[in-house]
Amino acid sequence: MRLTSLLAMPLGALPIIPVQHVARRLFQRLLEAHPDLFDRLGEYRGCRFSFTPTDLPLIFLVEPGGPTLSLKRKRAVVSADAGVEAPLVMLLALLEGRCDADALFFSRDLQVSGDMEAILALRNALDDCDIDLPRDLSQLGGPLAPLCAKFATEVRRRALKEMA
Amino acid sequence: MELICPAGTPAAFRQAVDAGADAVYCGFRDETNARNFPGLNFSREELREAIAYGRRNDYQTFVALNTFMRAGDEEIWYRAASDAVNLGADALILADFGLMAHVRERYPEQRLHVSVQASASNPEAINFLVEAFEAKRVVLPRTLTIADIARIKRKVSCEIEIFVFGGLCVMAEGRCSLSSYATGKSPNMNGVCSPASHVRYRKEGTLMLSELGEFTINKFGPGEAAGYPTLCKGRFDIGDASGYAFEDPISLDVMGEIEALKAAGVSALKIEGRQRGKAYVAEVVSTLREALSTEPAARGPLLARLKAMSEGQRTTAGAYEKRWR
Repeated sequence: MRLTSLLAMPLGALPIIPVQHVARRLFQRLLEAHPDLFDRLGEYRGCRFSFTPTDLPLIFLVEPGGPTLSLKRKRAVVSADAGVEAPLVMLLALLEGRCDADALFFSRDLQVSGDMEAILALRNALDDCDIDLPRDLSQLGGPLAPLCAKFATEVRRRALKEMA
Repeated sequence: MELICPAGTPAAFRQAVDAGADAVYCGFRDETNARNFPGLNFSREELREAIAYGRRNDYQTFVALNTFMRAGDEEIWYRAASDAVNLGADALILADFGLMAHVRERYPEQRLHVSVQASASNPEAINFLVEAFEAKRVVLPRTLTIADIARIKRKVSCEIEIFVFGGLCVMAEGRCSLSSYATGKSPNMNGVCSPASHVRYRKEGTLMLSELGEFTINKFGPGEAAGYPTLCKGRFDIGDASGYAFEDPISLDVMGEIEALKAAGVSALKIEGRQRGKAYVAEVVSTLREALSTEPAARGPLLARLKAMSEGQRTTAGAYEKRWR
């Protein structure tokens, strides 16, 4: 079963506040691991970006100027300067620079909207950071960090294999 | 033949080197280079580190200063040239004759390459640049056949570099005004073709519309492979017909003609794509490096995997084989 199929149902049923709390903790950890994450954004640092996983019932809103992360249900009215839509695994692969955004756009797997300068700046900023989600986020596991990293790496391997 | 690879960020630079580039070309984060997109390109410090990384790995770094100087603001380009020379660039890729003259006069030892943006496409023009500015290499436009390239090479005394893979510009580069017409900005003066500030994507029912300035330049049906929002790859109504007026959304791939290019006297093969991500750079550079050392018959399947990364998910040999409509 696909990773996102396992996530979609509980994320749709759970109250949004605790889900957002977990997402913010992960986001914070990522910023700690990559303090220069948004440096390349320049004047677009003040923009609000929406990330919509097409296979999850949620929208992630990122404001690099804060930096802040918030979650919304898809049925909510969301305002953003620029937006990206793709399956969750593709969005995460883009975050790690494991696939090329232009190629996903050509294949129509990725949709973009709003301010294209902001989108390009964000894409280039993320692409220059060597993000490795299992490595960067597993530190939250404390003494279990090596085990968490190993597990997350295996999940990623399978997810990328499914994507290919 | 050398493999010349693109890098829009330090991460892409490292990927290009690690994947097998002989040289990497890149530019500063300003209007001095023809890929002046938001968040892309190198600060002075990043270029210093990139050049050092290349040197440690025995690869070269070329710096593209390939836009045309704006009257009254020449200092921006002069400063960029000075910085690139002082940081240790192995070659400067230039388009503006005035900048070539400046570099030759101030930095007589600096190796100079003629950018495709200079649109030097005949022996007389190329020999003039060799004699006047001691250009060591010229990057030819993507509008010539392989036979044309061979004829030019026989009459010039510098090295020839050609594009073999990536974005296919079908115009006389450095002279194309389509982007200027629609947006007021061009790759020639501002370093941006179809600047992102003027691009919008809009949904209309099941269609995706791409708009540039006040023009709708394409409508893509559900699942139809898309292309860049450039006027030369736009779909237009012309009389009773509707279709691509200049060229389809498609990328260049001439890797099937390696032997002919070698016989024509080509010294270096260039990959387009400084605006692409590091994953693209790694995949394309490693594939082309492998293709160069593979028997011709085995190249096809190897290169086929790059189609999915190409504009419109298709590739063509373009003018090199002259099969245009």
